[in-house]
Amino acid sequence: MAGKTEAEAEADARTGLGQGPGRLLVLLYGVFTVAAASRSIYQLIAQYQEAPLAYILSAVSAVVYAFITVSLVRGGEGARRAAMVCCAAELVGVLTVGTWTLADPSAFPDQTVWSDYGMGYLFIPIFLPVTGLLWLRKARRG
Amino acid sequence: MIDALTVALGVTALLLAAWCGFAAYRDQPTKDWHFIGMAVVALLAIVQLGIGVVRLAGGADPQQGVAIFVAYLIGSALAVPVAAFMSLTERTRWGSATVSAAAVVLAVLEVRLYDIWGGVGG
Repeated sequence: MAGKTEAEAEADARTGLGQGPGRLLVLLYGVFTVAAASRSIYQLIAQYQEAPLAYILSAVSAVVYAFITVSLVRGGEGARRAAMVCCAAELVGVLTVGTWTLADPSAFPDQTVWSDYGMGYLFIPIFLPVTGLLWLRKARRG
Repeated sequence: MIDALTVALGVTALLLAAWCGFAAYRDQPTKDWHFIGMAVVALLAIVQLGIGVVRLAGGADPQQGVAIFVAYLIGSALAVPVAAFMSLTERTRWGSATVSAAAVVLAVLEVRLYDIWGGVGG
């Protein structure tokens, strides 16, 4: 009996990442996965030669977003840790690409999701990983 | 025709965002009335998808390309229904906040659709 309640508590903790404020994060990460993925797939197919670096970086960001979305939905301690690593990578990515696009615009004839710190996307790309990290830290109690 | 619908969708999406945002602010989950509002906006988006496809079949040529136009049409048709299902299983203020965020996304998609179609007179 005790084992069962423990299992139930574990099940609650497993699903906890995508609930409450996490539900909002799932939506936003889902939107950015679709946006970055469809954008990079289209551009890699249709106009690869124009700005290969920008399109490959878009594809990388799509993979990171997809992984975080899946982790949030699945839940559990392993997924939480993995998502934290990815959120940190995402933050580093936004900061690096953001600075890079400002310092050397000639390397980026076309935009990526992370250009100019995500300005074309209302700066959401830079707020999202910070919010994500805060939420994942708080969700630890599960 | 499609411009008027795009503008109408943008405005109704923002209204829905404000309404559900207010519910979230008051610590309330989405209620039946909110779902009726979501249904209206979702229906408009589906009509827009239909009209867009008919116009394309009729030989219309969006300024920034057919593939991007269709992708944005599908995205805008899916945004509100997906958020509605997510708020159905999240019976807290965060369910309302989720719908509100999706409605803002839809409004942004409509602005982009307007550009992609080619602005005034398309």
